Amino acid sequence: MTSTRTRPAIRATGLRKSFGDKAVLDGIDLEVAEGTIFALLGPNGAGKTTTVHILSTLIGADGGEVQVAGHDLAREPDAVRAAIGVTGQLTAVDNLLTGEENLLLMAGLHHLGREEGRRRAAGLLDRFDLAEAGAKPAATYSGGMRRRLDLAMGLIGEPRILFLDEPTTGLDPRSRRTMWQIIRDLATGGVTVLLTTQYLEEADELAGQIALLDQGRLVAEGTAEELKRRIPGCHIRLQFAYPDDLAAAARALGDATRDDEALTLQVPSDGDVKSLRALLDRLGDASIEVAGLSIHTPDLDDVFLTLTGQPDKDKEPAR
Amino acid sequence: MSTLTYAVADSATMLGRQVRHMLRYLSMTLMLVGMPIVLLLLFVYVFGGTLGAGLGGPGGGREQYLEYVLPGILLIAVALGATGTAISVAMDMTEGIIARFRTMAIFRPAVLTGHVLGSMLQTMLSLAVVTAVAVVIGFRAGATPVEWLATVGVLAAITFAFTWLCVAFGMAAKNVEAASNLPQPLVFLPFLGSGFVPTDSMPAGLRWFAEYQPFTPMMDTMRGLLLGTAIGSSGVVALAWCAAITLASYLWARKLYNRDPIR
Repeated sequence: MTSTRTRPAIRATGLRKSFGDKAVLDGIDLEVAEGTIFALLGPNGAGKTTTVHILSTLIGADGGEVQVAGHDLAREPDAVRAAIGVTGQLTAVDNLLTGEENLLLMAGLHHLGREEGRRRAAGLLDRFDLAEAGAKPAATYSGGMRRRLDLAMGLIGEPRILFLDEPTTGLDPRSRRTMWQIIRDLATGGVTVLLTTQYLEEADELAGQIALLDQGRLVAEGTAEELKRRIPGCHIRLQFAYPDDLAAAARALGDATRDDEALTLQVPSDGDVKSLRALLDRLGDASIEVAGLSIHTPDLDDVFLTLTGQPDKDKEPAR
Repeated sequence: MSTLTYAVADSATMLGRQVRHMLRYLSMTLMLVGMPIVLLLLFVYVFGGTLGAGLGGPGGGREQYLEYVLPGILLIAVALGATGTAISVAMDMTEGIIARFRTMAIFRPAVLTGHVLGSMLQTMLSLAVVTAVAVVIGFRAGATPVEWLATVGVLAAITFAFTWLCVAFGMAAKNVEAASNLPQPLVFLPFLGSGFVPTDSMPAGLRWFAEYQPFTPMMDTMRGLLLGTAIGSSGVVALAWCAAITLASYLWARKLYNRDPIR
């Protein structure tokens, strides 16, 4: 096929979904180029998981056109399913089966044949550092091992497109780095990856293209660099010990973003010594105790907070 | 491969998964076989002497009651097996693995057919064990080999019907607890029929219910086949009930499975 290079792996236009009268996705447009890593970034409840559920044929959309791997999602769901691998937020392993049996189950459902199935299962166990645990029931696995097994199960059919819904949520830092390396290797091997995450660091590390999702709408899209450019300059972050100090400082400084839960205040600044001294003088004049201070050059966190306009929300109810 | 080969291959793969589950979750499997055996021994040795005398036949007593009660116990074994199906379907539906199956290009009902075939296998094994215990404690069937075969066939049809019903229950239930409660009436219905005492010994209203509920013709058919006595219209009525329950449950289960899992 000559069009393979230019045809996007995933293209969605005007994607809509409501649960009851709550609009979860309110007209989303996405385009993911083949062989790239695309991150859907957003706070809890933004609609990330719902987007993955729709794109992976798990649930239907209320409106919009979607093509995955060149197939229309609504008309040819099985052709889409044959091209994708999915790793959801709920780890999709069979706890009563061993790691190897889980992989062989998947191999069976891909109609690989006994020999080929065993070969691929052994290869994946090796690659994901599960060879030793392969004969143990999945119920005994640690969080990181379960995620790796989960991902391996999604890979046994050698999908061209992979959906990863919060692939590292709940993992310790080391397991997270292992997972990142696995994802990078997959993309290097030509697999298109769409992942969701609430970690900016993760999107920054992995994704070529990042889309910021908030309350069912895309609020920004671009490379990490492009998104960072949308945030003006750096800021100074002040930490307070008591709410009263925070309130007093917020009054004294005026132009600042305040976080009542973390007891912090973010003050825009150009980061040089002179403006820093001026800031401290103003706080000193008002006799406000500052517990801590740090200078921030913009990172994706700032993009996130600025564009979504909220520090964080409570975890949405699991669905 | 054609759709049919996919259907067979994927259902067989899912059956393999269910068989592994039964072996790994042995306590449930043993409970499903053990309960009917306990009930059989309870009814034969504790109640059997008195109830058997009440049957009023020649000979009377415990041995005659064993002959009378076995079909009822077998149907309780079927109902317990089906309860296990509802629980394992509901457990499956709460796990992420079903979402994975739904996003794979497989024969879509394979998840359900795997459950049904696995449960059929388990229940038929449990029925064989219960019957063997009955024979050990003195059950002597007057059935010919053909009648034995017919008994197995009727039991298979009944098991198939109630297993599909419980697959639907398992999906309709909001959680595993509800799934284990929904099929409970099935375990009690043999008591409210001809399973443990003849229906004509019951008061009028109850007798009417007992005579027309599906378990009564099923138990009467098996009793007739096992003892080599006449079964009258019970056989046809029992199979008609099986067909109706199977069809309705299959359609219900399919509808529940095909709706969006997240609404």
